[in-house]
Order: sequence, then C-alpha cells, then structure tokens
Amino acid sequence: MMLEIAGLEAYYGEQQALFGVGFDLDAGHVRTLLGANGAGKTTVLRALCGMVRTGGDIRFDGKSIKGWAAEDIVRLGVAHVPEGRGTFVRLTVEENLQLGAMIRRDHASIAADIEQIYHHFPRLKERRTQQAGLLSGGEQQMLAVGRGLMLRPRLMLLDEPSFGLAPLVVEELFGILREVNRDTGVAMLIVEQNAALALELAEHAYLLETGRIVMDGPAEAIAADEAVRRAYLGY
Amino acid sequence: MQLLLQQVMAGLANGAIYALVALAVVMIYQAIDHLNFAQGEMATFSAYVAWQLIAWGTPYWLAFVAVVILSFIGGVAIERILFKPLHNASILANLVAFIALFSILNSGDGYIWDYTIKTFPTPFGTKPLFGSVLIDAHEAGMIGVTAVMLGLIYLFFRGTRLGLAMRAAAANPESARLVGIRVGWMTALGWGVAAAIGGVAGMLIAPIVFLDPNMMFGVLLYGFAGAVLGGLTSPAGAVLGGFAVGVIENLAGTFIPYFGRDLKLTIALLVIVAVLMVRPAGLFGRSVVSRV
Repeated sequence: MMLEIAGLEAYYGEQQALFGVGFDLDAGHVRTLLGANGAGKTTVLRALCGMVRTGGDIRFDGKSIKGWAAEDIVRLGVAHVPEGRGTFVRLTVEENLQLGAMIRRDHASIAADIEQIYHHFPRLKERRTQQAGLLSGGEQQMLAVGRGLMLRPRLMLLDEPSFGLAPLVVEELFGILREVNRDTGVAMLIVEQNAALALELAEHAYLLETGRIVMDGPAEAIAADEAVRRAYLGY
Repeated sequence: MQLLLQQVMAGLANGAIYALVALAVVMIYQAIDHLNFAQGEMATFSAYVAWQLIAWGTPYWLAFVAVVILSFIGGVAIERILFKPLHNASILANLVAFIALFSILNSGDGYIWDYTIKTFPTPFGTKPLFGSVLIDAHEAGMIGVTAVMLGLIYLFFRGTRLGLAMRAAAANPESARLVGIRVGWMTALGWGVAAAIGGVAGMLIAPIVFLDPNMMFGVLLYGFAGAVLGGLTSPAGAVLGGFAVGVIENLAGTFIPYFGRDLKLTIALLVIVAVLMVRPAGLFGRSVVSRV
C-alpha cells in the first residue's frame, strides 16, 4: 500500500481539526474527500504534506512520515496542488513549471516534460514568458496542476481543482486529470466542493464531517445514496 | 559642460558602490522582509579582512577573491546563527538583532584593528584614465568591477536552477516548500550573496573614504536611499536607484551654490522623497498584480 493513514489528528494551535481520520490509497488509484466547508478536507491534505501539527500515523510505502517537513515529503514523489493554487505570481509561466521539477535529478528530460504540459494546456504555451500572476483563474489552475505534474509524482494531492472555474474549463481540466492518471498511473487524492465531478473521476469516496470520516464507499454507491446527496453533496 | 560630465562620471563611480549596497539590502529584504541595518558594518568588516590579507603580503586580487568567499561564508553563518532562530520573531526582536550585529562588528573592527584611519590600496591606480580629466582609473575600476558583479549576479538568478529556487523561496515561501525547496537554506544563501556583494562594495570604496570602523555609515544611508528610490521589491530598480543617487548627490554638491556641498545628502534625500510621493513603491517597484 502506498499511503496508509490511521488515527490522524491535526491541530491549528490548540484547536483540533481532525479526529482519528483513517484511510489508504494504493498506486494508480483516485480517491476523493467530500464534505462541507470547514469539514477538514484541506486539513487532511495539509497534514499529509507536513504543513500542520499532527497526531496519529501516516505511512508512505510502509514507512512512517509523520512529522516530516514538507520539503522532504515532496522528495517521496508527493505533489501538492494547494488551495488558492500557490502560483509564483512574479515569475513567468515557464519558471513556475521549472520549479515543479526543482528536486528532480534527471535534468535532461525536464524540457520534454514542459512540452508535454504545454501539449495538455496549450494556453500555457502561448503565455510561457508572461508573469504567472497575470493569468486568468482557470489558467492559473492549469499552471498549478502542470507544476504538480512536473514532479513526475507518484501521488498527487489536489485541493479544489475546480474552484472558481467556468464549467467548460472544469470539464477540460478533469479530462486531463483522468488522462494523466490513466497514462502515468499517478495516484490522486482529490478534495472537491463539486462532488458530482469528483465522484465521476474517483473510484472511492470519503465523506468528512467536522474532522471525522462519517461514511465511505465506492464512488457510484456514494453518488447514488439519496441521503448523502441531500445532506452533503447539495444536488 | 566639461564640469558637468566630470561630475556625472564621478557620481556614477560613487553610485556603483551605492548600487552594490542597495542590491545587498534588497536581497535580504526580499528574503526576510527586514532591512539589514548592519549591511554597512558587514562590508566594513570584509574590507578590514582584505586589508589584513594584503598587509600580510597577499596579492590584491587573490585577497579580493578570498574576501568575497569569506564574506559569503560569514553571511551564511550570520543567518544560521543569529537570524534563523528569529524567523518568526517580532519586527522589534529582529531590529534589536540588527543593532547588536551592527555594534558587534563595529566594535570588533576597532578592537582587532584599532581605530586609526588606514589607507587601502587600489589595484587600478589613481591616475587619470587615458589622460582624460573626466574620470580617474580607480573610479573607472569601481564602475567596471560593479558592472561585472551585476552581470554575474544577473546570470546566476536568471540562468541557474539555484538562482530560480532562491527567487521562488523569497517570493512565495509556502509554495516553494511544496515543490521541495529548502527555504531556510535559500535565505541563508541570500545572506551569503548579500554579504559578498557588500564586501566588494567595501573593498572598492575603502581607497576613497579610507578604512575606519565607521566608513560605511554614510554609504549605507545612500544605499538605503537608492534601494527605496528604485523600489525595495526590485533588484534591478535598486541598482539603478543607487546609480541615480550617486549622480544626484554629486550634481547637487557641485551646482547648487552656497549650501550644495554641505547639504548634498539632504538634497539627494529630498529628491527621493519627491519621487516617492508620486510612486510610493519606488521607481521600479511593483505592487503585485494578481487576478483571481
């Protein structure tokens, strides 16, 4: 098992945000965390990346990584596409992509990977020399996903990739995520407000409520559950 | 006309030093959001080390390179030992640390090398350049060395992965960590580069102002002025600001009658205040534009 989480707790100062969250994720799989605002979805991702204080156990390839620094967890091949996208606004689009590959040793193949990102997102290629802060919201989201892919990750943590995007752009983005997952076998953990979309992409879903997993199951089952739909998914 | 050109050239020569100091200040400001008040004292200390090496018989350029490297190491060490623990401390705690560093280095200079004013050699000589009255060889050398330094720094930050990582760490530390950049070490390297740049400024200005523990005090003020004029968020702007301050200062001193020479710093600062009233971020500073 690539990622195993058991009894995960997270704290912001004295405030506890997660209470005994547990799940696992194997290579090549896509799973999604659903829940209302403030349920702790983003906190789970931040805990996995070593960006909040945690309790419980996090294992990657069987090895405990609890308490590791964010910059060391990246080196395991974990790419975090953060909420708010984390764009380096003053740097160019291409520099943002290069930064995604900062820790890679195979320098020679980075240029080819940048071309591959431009193949997925042609609009980024048109704007390659522009300051990334001047991109539209959708383009910045594509850039953030592209930056994550530049790591050649084994696991991608995607925080609200659809946030603030027009429906057509969202479709396009999720299509590309599906394609990347199929082609490279990268595992994905997706936090989404747009549950319908996430449930299409993921094979398994977890419902989070006030820092606890209250339900989980195959994506189709969750999507079909009448009570869940009304209570959590809002459609 | 001759006088004007002469004064502009002399202004550019001094401005080269202000530009280096301004660049050093901006590099640290971008990394830790604080102005390094001890930048001048760090430079003075570097110049003393160079003086000592030369006094021991080291050839000038060997001493020059050695001091650049030692200053870099010293800058990294200062960040690791003094400022890393203050990473999340208040602005006042940082200010106190800067003042402490300032007085430790200032008194250290005096303690080790005493307070008598020392002459500092120039490898360029002080003869007029090519028999011209416009500029002497040391002034031309100051401008030349500065130009080479700036070129190397530009290539480093624009053309290398490490330079890109340092810019990313300064611009957005959280995102930088998420792509695996060790932000703390980038800050330390920024200190090292700033200390090395300051060391060069110190070695270049010392033949003109003579070496004493307080020699950089005025220079640092002009360097700050240049950094603010150009924009604290723009390294290139800070460099241009430094040159501009050097020229403005010299022209004010020459062409404004009666009080010009005495008040040239005041006049230079007045010009800067006037510019900042129109452009608060400095001439080349940017308020970050970001769409959501």
